[in-house]
Order: sequence, then structure tokens, then C-alpha cells
Amino acid sequence: MNVTVETLALIVVFAPVIGAIIAGLFGRVLPAKVSMTVTTGLLMVAAASAITIFIGYWDKSLVLPDEPIRIFKWIDVAGFTSTWSIRLDAISVVMMAVVTSVSSMVHLYSWGYMSDDPFKPRFFAYLSLFTFAMLSLVTAADFMQLFFGWEGVGLASYLLIGFYFLKRSANDAQIKAFVVNRVGDFGFVLGIMSVYFVFGTIEFKDVFHAIPHHIHDTMGWGKLQLPAMEVIALLLFIGAMGKSAQFLLHTWLPDAMEGPTPVSALIHAATMVTAGVVLVTLCSPIFQVAPFASGVVTLIGAITAIFAATIGIAQNDIKRVIAYSTCSQLGYMFFAAGIGVYQAAMFHLFTHAFFKAMLFLGAGSVIHGLHHEQDMRKMGGVWKPMKITYAIMLIGTLAITGVGIPGTNFGFAGFFSKDAIIESAFAASSEGLPFATFAFWMGILAAFLTSFYSWRLAFMTFTGTFRGDAHGGHHDDDAHAHAVHAAHVEGHHDAHQEDGVAPAHESPLVMLVPLFILAFGAIFAGFIFNDAFVGEGAHDFWGHAIYVSPENHILHARHNVPEWVKFMPLTVTLLGLLGAMIVYLWNKGLGEKIAKATGPIHAFLYNKWYFDELYDAVFVKGARALGDFFWKVGDQKLIDGIINGIASDTNIISKKSVKVQSGYVYHYAFIMLIALVAFGALVLLKKG
Amino acid sequence: MSNLPILSLITWLPTIGAVLIALVAGISKGSSDKNAGFARVTALLVSLVTFALSVKMVMDFNTKETAMQFVENVPWFGVIHYSLGVDGLSVLLVLLTTFLLPLCVIASWKSVEKRVVEYFIAFLVLESMMIGVFTATDLVLFYVLFEAGLIPMYLIIGIWGGKNRFYAAYKFFLYTLLGSLFMLVAVAYIIVKTKTSYIPDLQTFHFDPAVQKLLWLAFFASFAVKMPMWPVHTWLPDAHVEAPTAGSVILAGVLLKMGGYGLIRFSLPMFPDASLYFQPLVYTMSIIAIIYTSLVAFRQVDIKKLIAYSSIAHMGFVTMGIFAFNKIGLQGAMFQMLSHGFIASALFLCIGVIYDRMHTREIAFYGGLVNRMPIYAAVFMLFTMGNVGLPGTSGFIGEVLTMQGTFLDNRIVALFAASGVIFSAAYMLTMYRKTVFGPITNPKLETITDMNWREVLVFLPLIIGTLILGFKPGLILDFTDKSVEFLSTQVLTAIK
Repeated sequence: MNVTVETLALIVVFAPVIGAIIAGLFGRVLPAKVSMTVTTGLLMVAAASAITIFIGYWDKSLVLPDEPIRIFKWIDVAGFTSTWSIRLDAISVVMMAVVTSVSSMVHLYSWGYMSDDPFKPRFFAYLSLFTFAMLSLVTAADFMQLFFGWEGVGLASYLLIGFYFLKRSANDAQIKAFVVNRVGDFGFVLGIMSVYFVFGTIEFKDVFHAIPHHIHDTMGWGKLQLPAMEVIALLLFIGAMGKSAQFLLHTWLPDAMEGPTPVSALIHAATMVTAGVVLVTLCSPIFQVAPFASGVVTLIGAITAIFAATIGIAQNDIKRVIAYSTCSQLGYMFFAAGIGVYQAAMFHLFTHAFFKAMLFLGAGSVIHGLHHEQDMRKMGGVWKPMKITYAIMLIGTLAITGVGIPGTNFGFAGFFSKDAIIESAFAASSEGLPFATFAFWMGILAAFLTSFYSWRLAFMTFTGTFRGDAHGGHHDDDAHAHAVHAAHVEGHHDAHQEDGVAPAHESPLVMLVPLFILAFGAIFAGFIFNDAFVGEGAHDFWGHAIYVSPENHILHARHNVPEWVKFMPLTVTLLGLLGAMIVYLWNKGLGEKIAKATGPIHAFLYNKWYFDELYDAVFVKGARALGDFFWKVGDQKLIDGIINGIASDTNIISKKSVKVQSGYVYHYAFIMLIALVAFGALVLLKKG
Repeated sequence: MSNLPILSLITWLPTIGAVLIALVAGISKGSSDKNAGFARVTALLVSLVTFALSVKMVMDFNTKETAMQFVENVPWFGVIHYSLGVDGLSVLLVLLTTFLLPLCVIASWKSVEKRVVEYFIAFLVLESMMIGVFTATDLVLFYVLFEAGLIPMYLIIGIWGGKNRFYAAYKFFLYTLLGSLFMLVAVAYIIVKTKTSYIPDLQTFHFDPAVQKLLWLAFFASFAVKMPMWPVHTWLPDAHVEAPTAGSVILAGVLLKMGGYGLIRFSLPMFPDASLYFQPLVYTMSIIAIIYTSLVAFRQVDIKKLIAYSSIAHMGFVTMGIFAFNKIGLQGAMFQMLSHGFIASALFLCIGVIYDRMHTREIAFYGGLVNRMPIYAAVFMLFTMGNVGLPGTSGFIGEVLTMQGTFLDNRIVALFAASGVIFSAAYMLTMYRKTVFGPITNPKLETITDMNWREVLVFLPLIIGTLILGFKPGLILDFTDKSVEFLSTQVLTAIK
């Protein structure tokens, strides 16, 4: 067969959107199975095409075209031009494969997980739309198309997080996700504008080519003259912080758990949160000439890695533990990008996609099996009825904690990518890169905590005796929201309960098959692709897609780090495992005792460092108060006061004539206001 | 080109229709029901024919040309001419007006019950005035139509409005009148001084910079009220709240655009030095409009007021883009005006759908509409996202271009304006959640019905328009391109 890479790429990007349109527009009239088959089928096709391209590129049997595939002209005003395109390079090829393969597995899994839901066509349409948005993001050839995908992902996640639309918490979470992301977008949009301001184009290729001529450019912000590259990099990074839920803009991610579990897997593994890492990697030519901004990336990444891990150890909701784990792992990716080993960041993104999707879907299997119980305190002993899920979760845990033998090629996927990042951080700190030492130690500490909370999750859920009530939980469950429609769910768990055995059932094959496939990736993805992503083959593999300045040799220098550094991650991982065993396997109830003993510290971690409370008090309440002030005082008292004053002066509204006197007061106030604005305008905005 | 005076036809056909309705209703002493039916059908037909004619005009329009096209010019009295013409700046505004009118007529089909005949007469007359504003190439003709449009709108609010309609109508009238008085003086001065009122001639006349400032302020007073810009905006929420649905559509869809059109047509080319001088003032007012009214919108309990405040914020992007004086900003401003004509109109129609059923606009009354009205929920979501400026909808293009244009001129202003992307998401999505999502808690909503075919028919063109323009903004930008380029070079050379 003679199919060109262009054709395959078109299939990858557009097959999902065709599915989304069919299921979205006709889902109401077609049988649900049709919508599900069409969307899932098209995603399988897309995944097959994407993997074909990826493997072909990897074993060098396939050459990628230099020029992006042009689809249509979107915006074109005075050089501010955006053309819809499919850019094919190492980054997009990797991302297409990751996104479509995880997404197709999520589609398949949803056949089982969502089987009781009355709105399946809508759900599958959203999943496919989500995938399409992410694909258009990773294949964009200019900043505007990337932003289209960026916002499209935001829309799709908004729709999916709030899928259970009867649930207030889901509705709040979807708004939070969208608005917090918009805070990031605020920076991103300004970043794109800065790019156009400096380069006169927003096409990646042209921008990156022109960088050598603009390294020392400055741009004026009012009276300030700031280095242009640093400003652009920082603004783009603000966008990345929003999408990838980095420290300060992370608050939406755990709440996004309100969506159905397959959505959580998709958001956390392949789409959305990885967008920020892709953006920074894609813009490596800019970040490489912006050392200050790169330092900030390292710092924020390192803080996120440790900060999210500390919260992860104190959560009881199985999905929240994994959510904070995602946050923390993204932190690793960012500090890797900050010190200039974008390859390692992408590698970790790649392996993480497999094991994180697996962990989430595995957790979903548990939740499904326990009739929508999510609280780990009410689990325990689940291994017996759910042996396959248990095995899967153990593989996922081994992969995320990065178990492997240093110095050899034996290890789970996370071992290769995480160790590459930690070693690089050490190498970077020897070269004196800003915050690299901090990142190294935070990376080590976070690795310990990762191991601890991951094993804690495994032990609390699967081992010991069942702690829930006989009928599983129905308090916070997914399907509860749709209880009106799915009342029959009640029927099928006439639990045959034995003492201490969870009244669970193993998930159906349609949910397990995706787990097997992902498990394959979680075990072997690191071993197979280590060389191409971060090893000897890295230079060839990434080609022009990633730019690293000639002075930066960290990717190679990491091989020469001292032995203790190489063994450090494994050591802390084993310590974390040991700690989890002591607390959750060998000493029942020790966990609660520790929580009690550490009182305020535990509360601090359990309540997520109180960020939600802080933001609510400052931003939400602040906006409300300000809005009320502008409305009640600004509009009604001041502005309308004078208008009504004039009206009564001229006796148009005679009833109001009593207010004449107060009207005069408002006249003065109004004139003062105008004068103030005029004065402010002249002082602040005088061009210069 | 044919000799058919197509602009006169488009401009006055609605008035002819109005006269026809008045005559028939006056002659036949028949039942008012019969007359109402006749008025509806006539209004629909007339507005559709007008729309068809303007489509033909747009198709015949030469986008490579900067001069006025389809020109008609007849001496009226003195220096004043009855002269019409359109260029890239006005041609699509005419189309927008004639496009929205049939939708307004269909939307009013059932919801207007009293004085039906007079209602449609007022609407058709209003249409003529609005089209005339965009087709007039004589300053006096422009001014007369600009002001005359006030009257039917005032009546529509005052007669067919809600409970507080008198207050709202007076406020609307008073505000716009005050603004217009300044402009009248300026128009008189200009004619005395230049001995012409032909707009293309006026645009090449060089006023003394000091005089420019005064004239600029006088024109600005009128346009700023129409936009409306902060702090002369408070008439709009009241007017919207009281106006019937179709009145709100016209208000948001077309009337607000007259202000922006005026700034582009007169203020920039005639008073370039003054425009530059007052740029900081306009920037400041625009930013305040974006931030201040967004925050106010966030606190509204009445859906219509919320959308009205949101309109003010969106118009802030227009004024900001215009005063960036560069091509991207001006293109963005033109696009934003037309896009807002689609999206804001659709949002007011969305409110009309539930208002017709429940007769309240209180957000707290609603909740859980999606359970009973899935189609409505989907349509409302689309336009909510359009208003939030999501890429793929026309709302995005206008925002991003105006911001980029401003950014090139002034980073700080763009920085403040960009914060609007956060606010709009916050207030729109919160409103959407409160009305559409969740379970139905109000028993009165348990029997609410989804949109019927007539309502779907009204939304369909707006949905298509919003999406097509989101993906192919060139459909608008190609039309405005040459005129905007001409204008921006004209202004920039004048300033230099």
C-alpha cells in the first residue's frame, strides 16, 4: 500500500472531529451504540495512523515533510497570519501517538464505565472533540492555531468535567477549570502578541529562524524597557502554568476529578495538562535565549513537584491522590525543561501518559467495582474480588515510582524518564544553572513522597479488610448525579458479602483490555524508547524540533554524575515503599494516629495548603465586592445620580424633583470623576 | 453598473412597507387581528426583500475599491445633498442591519400582542433610519437619520417595554439627546466653515488643530453615548431590560454600532490630530469599560442586564482598537462590531426564548433548563462561548485583533484589556450554570418546553454566521481591508 505520511496525518487529526460531529449532531436520533462505535472506531483508526507515523519515524523508514501540511488560511491581517496546518516533526509525531493511543483506550474503556449513563452519545462526542482539540494544538504551525487547540481543550474539558450537570460540585469545578485556565491564557495571549510585536509573524518556523537577530531586543511596557525574549518566554510560561496546573494555577486540576473517571484519565495522561510542557518544548529556541525565564520554569516546576506530592500523601479520595500525583509529575517535566533537557521532559510526558492513564483507569475500575465509592478509607481488601485490577495497579505503581536497576536497562517506564530528569538536574547544578540544585533535591524528595503515596494508595485500597458498608458508597458517586435516569443501577449489586471481603466485582473485559494495552506501555515504553528520546539517538530523533544552545551539554553530562546520584532515586523510592508498608500494611491505624499527632501539619496538607480558601477570599470575594461597588456606587449613585439630577432639573421626571439637591452633589462628584479620569489618562498613557 | 438606485431602494423600502401597513390598517376598519396578521406578513416580506437587495449589493461590491460605491447624489438645499454611497466600512453594517431585521420580525411574531400594527411600523421605520445612517454620505443627512432613529427606538421601549419602560425610555432619550446637541453645534460649525457637507470632501479638509479638539469632543460626546462608553453607559442596561426582545436585538446588534461607525467615519479621518491627542482618554475609558463593566456584569441578577453590561465591555474592545490607529486594530474593531452584532443579538434572543415562556429575566428563577430544553441549552452554550471569545467563534477574532492592534501601540493598555478574557469567562459561565445546569428546583419550570421550529429558524442563521466567521474571518476582513488600509494611512500621514 502506498499511503503518504500526509494522508496519515490528515486522518489522525480529522478522524476524531468527524466522530465528534456525527455523535454531537445526530447522537440524539441515532442509537447510542452507533455514536459510540463511530467515535471509538474513528479514534482507533486515528491511533493506528499516528502509531504508524511514530514507528516509521522512529525506525527511520519514514521521512517527515519539512513544510507543514497547509489546510486553509484562517486569519490574515497585515502579516498577522495564521494558516491551519499540520506540522510534522518529532514533537508532533510523539504527541499524536500519545494522544490518540491513550484517547482510543479511554473511548473503549468508557463503553464499560459509562454503560449505565443515559447520555452516552454526548459523552463520546465530547471525548472525541477533546482529542481533536489536543491534536490541533500539537500539530499547529503557528501560535494562533496552537491557541485554538489550547482553548478548544479548555472548552472540551469544561464540558466533560461538568458532564454530570445535575451535580453542583461538578458545575463549580468546570467553571473553575475554565476560568483558572483563562488566567493562564491571559499570559499566553500577551505572549503571542509580544511574539508578533517583536518578530512581525506568528509562524513558528519564521519566529525561530529570526531569533538570532532579536536576542538583545527590548520592548517597552509603559516606561519600562524589558528584554523581549525573557518577556515572551515568561508570558508563554504563564499560559503553560495554567494548562499544566503548575503551582499557583494548579487549583483547578484536583477539582476536575468531578468529571467521569475516563475523563480524568484523558485530561491527566495525554491531553490538556501536557499542553504546557509541549508549548515550552516547542518554544525551546525562545527559552534557550531566556535564561531568567528558564530559571523561573525550573523553580516553579520544582516547587510544584514537591508541593503537590506533600498534598498527595494526605488525601483520602483515590482520584485526588492520583490527581496530585499528576501535578507533581508535571513539575518534574517543567524543571527538566527549565534546565534545558526538553528531551527528558518529553520522555517523561511520554511514559507518564501510559502509567498515569493506567492508574486512573485502574482506579476507575475500582470505583466501578465498588459501585462508585471513591474514599480509600472505605475500601480495603479489594484485591480478592478484583485480582486483575490489582495487578494492573501494581504495575502502574511500579512504573510511576520508577522502579528499575540503575546502570542497566531493566526497569519500568518511569524509571528511565524520571531518573533522566533527576540526573540531569544534578548535572545542571554542577554547571551552575539557576535553581538546578534546588530542583535536584526537590526531585529526590518528591520521588520519596511519590513512592509513599502511591504505595499508600495501593495498600489502603487493595490489602487488609474491607472497611466500607455493604452496599458500597453512594454519597459522592458519579452515577448518583444521574440517578434519576439510572435508577436501575441499584438492582445489580445484591452483594453476597463475606466478612472483610469487599462486595466488589471485577470490571468487564471492555474495561480491562485498555488496561492491558496501557500496561504494556507502562512496562516497556521506557526501555524501548530510552535511546531515541534521551540517549545516543536523541540528537537524530528530535532533529530540529528541539533547540538546545551549544553551551548546554546536560543531556550528555548526566551520564557522568556520581554513582550515589544514580542510586539516589531508587533508594528513596524503596524508603517510600518501606514507609508505606510500616504505616499501612504492618500497623493498622498508624496512619490515623500520625495524622492526629501532626494535627495542624496534616490539616495543612489535607486542605491543600489552603489555596482554595485563599483564592476564594482574595479573588472571588474581591471581584464580588468590587463588582458591587462599581455597580451600586459607581453606576447607581454617581452616574445615575447625576442623570436623574438632570432629569429632575428639567422636570422631565417630576416625581424625582425632591432629589434636586442631592442631584447637585452628584454633579460635582461626576465632574470630579471625569477630571480624575482625564488626568489619569494624560499622566499614565502619554506616549513616550 | 446599472442605474438602479439600489441604496435608496434598500434604505427606503422598509419605510414604504411601513406606510403600506399604515394605509391598509387605516382604510380597512376590519378586525385588529386581521390587520395584525397583515402587518406581520408585510413586515417579514419587506424585510426579506430588503435583505435580498442588500445581499445583491454586497455581491456587486468591489472590494478592491476605496472610494464610495453605488453613489447617488442629488442636491437638496444649499450645500446639503441627498447623497448616498457605501464603502468597505459601511457596506457590511448595512448587511448586518437588513440581516437582523427579518429575525426580529420572526422573533416578535407571537411575543408582541398589543398594538401589533404600530409595532411593525415602528420597526420598519427604524430599519430605514439605521440603514440610512450607514449609507448617507452627506453629514447633514447622516445627522438627521442618526437622530431620527432615536424616535422609533424610544417608542419601542416606551410602548412595548416592561414595567419600568418610561424611566428607561426617558433615560435613553435624555442621554442620546444630550450627546447629540453637542454634535449638532459641531455639524453647523463645520458646514459654515467648509461650505460643504459631503463626507468624502470633509475628510480631506484640514481643520486647525485647536478647532479639531473642540469638534472632536462634540462628536465624541454623541458617539460615546451611543457605543456606549463608560461613564455614559448607564442608559443601556435599563433600556435593554425594558425593551422587548427584538428591541434589544436591534439595540445591541445595530444601534450600538452607530457609535463605533461614527468614530471611524468622522472622528479619525476628519480630526486626526485631535484623535491622537485624545487617544489616552479613549484608551482609559475603554479599559475601564472592559474591567469595570465586566465586574458589574458579574454581580447582575437579571440576565438581560448582565448581557447589557457585557456588551459595554465588548464595545470597549472596539473603541480601543479604533484608537490604535493601525490596520490590525481597525480591522479588529470593524470585525468586533459585526461579530458582536451576531453574538449579542443571539444572546438577547436566547433570553427572549425563556422570557416568552416564564415572563421573568431573573437568573435565580431559572436553573436546570437543560433537563427540559436540551436544544436550547446547546444553542445558548454556543453563544455563551462566542461571547467569551472562544476561538472558532467570531467573538475571538474581534477580541484578538483589537488587542493585537492596541498591543503594537501600547503594551500597558493591551495588558489591561487582556484581563477581559478572564472576566468574561467568569460572568458568562456562572450565569450559564445558574440558569441551565443543575436540577430543576423551581416547580414552574417543570413543564417548560424546548425551542419550537420557529425559534430554531431564527437562531440557525446566527449559529452559522458565528461559526463561519470564526473560521473564515476573511469573509468580513476582505471587505473592510482596502477601506481600513486607506483610512489608517490617511490618519497616520495626517498625524505625521
